[in-house]
Amino acid sequence: MMWWLVLRRILIGLLLVWIVSVLVFVATQILPGDAAEIRLGRTATEETLAALRKQMGLDRPAVVQYGMWMSRLLSGDLGMSLAGGSSVASLISARIGNTLFMAGIVTAISVPLSIALGLLAAMHSGGWVERVITSCTLGLIALPDFLIAVLLILVLAVGAGLVPAVAYIGPEDTLIERLHALALPILTLVVVVSAQMIRMVRAGILNVLSSPYIEMAILKGVPRRRIILRHALLNAVGPTLNVIALNLAYLVSGVVVVETIFAYPGIAKLMIDAVQTRDMALVQACAMIFCSTYVLLMLAADIAAIVSNPRIRHPK
Amino acid sequence: MSGLSQKGAADAPPISGLGAGRGRRLSLVGRAALVIVGFWVLIAVIGPFLAPYGESEFIEEDPSGEFYADPGFLPPSAQTPLGTDYLGRDVLSRVLYGARTTIGISLAATLMSYLVGITLGILAAVSRGIVDEALSRLNDAILSFPSLMLGLIFVAAIGTSVPLLIILAGIVAASSVFRIARALAYDVVVMDFVEAARARGEGKWWIVRREILPNVAMPLATDFGIRVVYVVIFISSLSFLGLGVQPPTADWGSMVRENLTGLSGGFSGGALACLAPALAIASLTVPINLIVDDLSAKGGKDIGRRMI
Repeated sequence: MMWWLVLRRILIGLLLVWIVSVLVFVATQILPGDAAEIRLGRTATEETLAALRKQMGLDRPAVVQYGMWMSRLLSGDLGMSLAGGSSVASLISARIGNTLFMAGIVTAISVPLSIALGLLAAMHSGGWVERVITSCTLGLIALPDFLIAVLLILVLAVGAGLVPAVAYIGPEDTLIERLHALALPILTLVVVVSAQMIRMVRAGILNVLSSPYIEMAILKGVPRRRIILRHALLNAVGPTLNVIALNLAYLVSGVVVVETIFAYPGIAKLMIDAVQTRDMALVQACAMIFCSTYVLLMLAADIAAIVSNPRIRHPK
Repeated sequence: MSGLSQKGAADAPPISGLGAGRGRRLSLVGRAALVIVGFWVLIAVIGPFLAPYGESEFIEEDPSGEFYADPGFLPPSAQTPLGTDYLGRDVLSRVLYGARTTIGISLAATLMSYLVGITLGILAAVSRGIVDEALSRLNDAILSFPSLMLGLIFVAAIGTSVPLLIILAGIVAASSVFRIARALAYDVVVMDFVEAARARGEGKWWIVRREILPNVAMPLATDFGIRVVYVVIFISSLSFLGLGVQPPTADWGSMVRENLTGLSGGFSGGALACLAPALAIASLTVPINLIVDDLSAKGGKDIGRRMI
């Protein structure tokens, strides 16, 4: 029963990735008009245009074009970038490591931090610790990512001079040097991601705490700390995993803003530049990477919910 | 509202679902937040009349008539209370003009998202069957994109302008409104009073207008604040990335981007040019969130969680 549900969810996830690819294709290939004209510019003659259209397959029906695009994509041929004539695959592979490095560190810091603070808030429910945590996170949620970055630059880079305001990393930097250069972008993303996660972890644990078996434990006189750590936490693991996957999916948007502010050479910055120069092959590839990652993380969140909750596994 | 009825409201068991938040009184923080939001809405209307300089007017000479060698990032003075931006324009004036752009676009986009989302949501709930299935799956597809990605793809494909931005933000926000409106209407459609109206022979349009709309209006109204915050952040982020409102129009998001280099100058340099619009955004979105939180806390449910 459970595996069937998980399988079904995976199939829906794959279907969504496919829909994403269709939407990306329609938006970037069909909507902007003639790709041959864009590539050749104003100097093109009718003959060269027609020849290039034939060569690029633009004279075929849209469905055939999609099929060709998809098969090229699946075989790893992402096309050529307009700028400089280098291949999209080489541009992306040069930068994707940087983005993954940053996202990995942000995950490694924000997940334990959020669980700890969420737990702390739940354990001191009604006290000032909870009030401070919930009102700070509420305020942070309402702020755009770039505002948090601007404030951090002003205080830590300009004011205190502790860390650089631009995330420049050289090819021969050691890990420590990289972390130092990346301190501000990482801190920004940790704040952005954790604020939401802390609130959801707290809400998840408080939700478990309101169930009858916890009331029973309270009436038996079990100490509060023991109730939370031994009785409530295990049942909160599922919802928490769900929350973590959901919030990591928000990193997708956060990364775009943060890489732009700190001029960090990752794929999000690559995509913004591509949007500005309307370099469609590059936009397509980056959009597919970001949207697929998002869909897969959402998928992971749902699977965590299914596996951890017997009530979803065995509906009445 | 008297103190008695307020006490009654506080003692009453939390109301969930329909009608939550109706007639409830705001806390002190909530009322202060309401004043701040009201202030910005007022500025959005009259800001351009209060501004000492034009939206893209360059400050070229100091009060004594001397020309500035470089009017960019001037420190705050009596002439320019918040200093000048990277091109030498008055920051205060641009923040005042920017209120109109940012708040105007956001309100228009949110209203559009409500119009589209409620219409389609109720349509899906009333017709059910294939219409509901088609609309809901299409909506799932839109929601399966990160909204900023959707914006980037849209801008890459079509370009950017103020009407396009309103449509884009309206569509992105409408998917959330649709989901909520459909869920609410779905519950109302099966109620006995709708059944009774149908038995009386009332038409579909009459039922939607007189039975369903009044019952979904209140919960949706509480949600409006969350939607506005979402749209303000979405549009400011796009503008900040250079893909939203285009210069020389003053907009809070793009002002932050334009003056990012001023940060390194500190407060006597250009930091205020970057910070002022950023704080303006915060002083709009944080109070709205506080009001919503206040309303929903008393309504007995955490509407704030729906922001997810």
